[in-house]
Amino acid sequence: MKICITAQGDQMEAPVDPRFGRCAYFLIIDSQTGEMSAIHNNGGASGGSGVQAGQTMADHQVEAVLTGNVGPNAYQTLQAAGIAVYAGISGTVQEALECFRQGDLPSPMAGPSVESHFGEA
Amino acid sequence: MKRIVVISGKGGTGKTVLSAALVSLMKNGVAVDCDVDASNLHLLLAPDIRREEEFRFGETARINRDLCDSCGRCRSVCRFDAISEHDEIDPVFCEGCGACALACPRNAVEMTENVSGRWFISETRFGPFVHARLDAGEENSGKLVSYVKQKADELAQERSASVQIIDGSPGIGCPVIASLAGVNQALIVTEPTVSGLHDARRVITLARHFQIPVQVVINKYDLNPEMAQTIEVFCRDESIPLAGKIAFDPSVVSSMIAGQTLMEGASAQIRQAVREIWESVAG
Amino acid sequence: MNKNIVVASGKGGTGKTTVAVNLAWAMKGQTRLLDCDVEEPNAHLFVKPDILHRQEVTVPVPSIDEQRCTQCGACARACRYHALAAVKGKVLTFPDLCHGCGACGIVCPSGAIREIPKVIGDVESGRRSTLEFVHGRSRVGNAITPPIIRAVKQHVSRDRINLLDAPPGTSCPFVTTLQHADFCILVTEPTPFGLHDLSLSVDVLRQVGVDFGVVINRADLGSDMVHRYCAQQQIDLFAEIPFDREIASACATGEILIEALPHYRQMFHDLIYKIIERTLA
Repeated sequence: MKICITAQGDQMEAPVDPRFGRCAYFLIIDSQTGEMSAIHNNGGASGGSGVQAGQTMADHQVEAVLTGNVGPNAYQTLQAAGIAVYAGISGTVQEALECFRQGDLPSPMAGPSVESHFGEA
Repeated sequence: MKRIVVISGKGGTGKTVLSAALVSLMKNGVAVDCDVDASNLHLLLAPDIRREEEFRFGETARINRDLCDSCGRCRSVCRFDAISEHDEIDPVFCEGCGACALACPRNAVEMTENVSGRWFISETRFGPFVHARLDAGEENSGKLVSYVKQKADELAQERSASVQIIDGSPGIGCPVIASLAGVNQALIVTEPTVSGLHDARRVITLARHFQIPVQVVINKYDLNPEMAQTIEVFCRDESIPLAGKIAFDPSVVSSMIAGQTLMEGASAQIRQAVREIWESVAG
Repeated sequence: MNKNIVVASGKGGTGKTTVAVNLAWAMKGQTRLLDCDVEEPNAHLFVKPDILHRQEVTVPVPSIDEQRCTQCGACARACRYHALAAVKGKVLTFPDLCHGCGACGIVCPSGAIREIPKVIGDVESGRRSTLEFVHGRSRVGNAITPPIIRAVKQHVSRDRINLLDAPPGTSCPFVTTLQHADFCILVTEPTPFGLHDLSLSVDVLRQVGVDFGVVINRADLGSDMVHRYCAQQQIDLFAEIPFDREIASACATGEILIEALPHYRQMFHDLIYKIIERTLA
């Protein structure tokens, strides 16, 4: 299935980016084949980055998002789109993918993990 | 890494002069100017610009005269009073929302990318410095502030810096919010006036909303000892540490005119006050 | 006679509000003071007006009629502020991000978007003695101030001289205050910061095409750099207010300067007359 892992770089060895809306890159990965394409997010929009990111996930038919933190607007958008959100993910993108494949993740989030404007620095 | 932002609520309380003084005390840090609308910190840091980039944000609408038939539909939908009776879009007032382009029946409105400012990475006598300049009339949305902070973080990582001193913006709007995000300490510079206290309260509310610890500095406290007392009592009641008090001193102005930070040009009592403030926030 | 005179400063803290308040007070039976610094309005601390009327300021934000919505997603694509998201057959709205531009309503092919008001601030009006007073206040956490400034400006008088206390800086809020002004007084201080920000303000005024003059506050605390700049740029210096601990003290406790220190009354009378003369020229 198609998942997205937020990353600080555009390679599988890159560290996971703890921010969702304001992450550096979205890596869209086919969890079965491992095929990956990178979307340069570059900190996101100045306003509405969470919404924009959620919209991007929906537009790419992503089914699950793996990231560090998700703010309220992003969470609302992802939830409406029926996308599962796994927060608190760290390590490299490759490691996160492995955890996902093994089913080794905590359960999906039931609400946003941070306040809005997280990650603006 | 310590990220200390200096804000004020009210403008003119001495935020930038104090920021420069704290920058001069950094051992291995990065100076950051997030006050992008009429920024002043560079006047004291004398930066040697090493990198300069355009900042593009949003778009501006432009009417293509060849296609326009003056139907006026654009003017009727513009909520920002940016389109004149002569079908001219004033770029200063245009918000770039695109409503006119969508409404135009002749497709005569083009949305063009907007250069709204510049950002810089420089070296100074105290270390690296990230700063920016927002062009006149531009929306100060905080995006440029966020850019500056991102570049500062990257630079701090490169240089293994232990501290960032960030000169924040006045007010309580988006640029201040953007300045506050991700910092571990906010230093609020106020003055012993009703305006100073009024505005400090509003910005403290904002900082607390983002769960950022705050400390207060009362600048020119001896111009009105009674008001200064009122502010001290307020801080006590709100459990806000007082990082320091700075007396009114003409040497502050003369050092500014000489392009020096307080630690380079102000009197001994001022320099002592600054050292105490540094100990309180960064020690 | 009605005129719109803006009192502004690139740099905060130069004495903009002090000048605006005292100019208005100097001719109080014929003036209306409008505080447009809606993020940090301070004029009321000095004027202490009786507030007679209070009004919420709203921006129109979209509300989706789900019966008519065809989930085409055009609204979300049109919105430059990401205040709408079209996902899985639903359209979500994020009013906090909305700038009230109306683009979504324009582009919706099914008439499914209705606008509802969202409160972002307040405008209050009233008086103190014969001075008429208006100010706006942005709610803490609100991102968009120009609509509040425009709401304050709707209260300009048609038969009094309007003095508008502008927000500091040279970005959008200042420019919004400046729109349709007859004249602008730039308040500055004779320091490097004052001069730097003055020159930025001058650039904007020249770009927007509003006539202006300069007032130097705390004029003896600094150097002659601002004088030299004004001479070189052929900018008229309208007044110089000295640094006076008594002024600082009076303003610190929220007193109207020309009431607390009547020997300054003449200076402000002269200044307002000079400005009015200039606008009639």
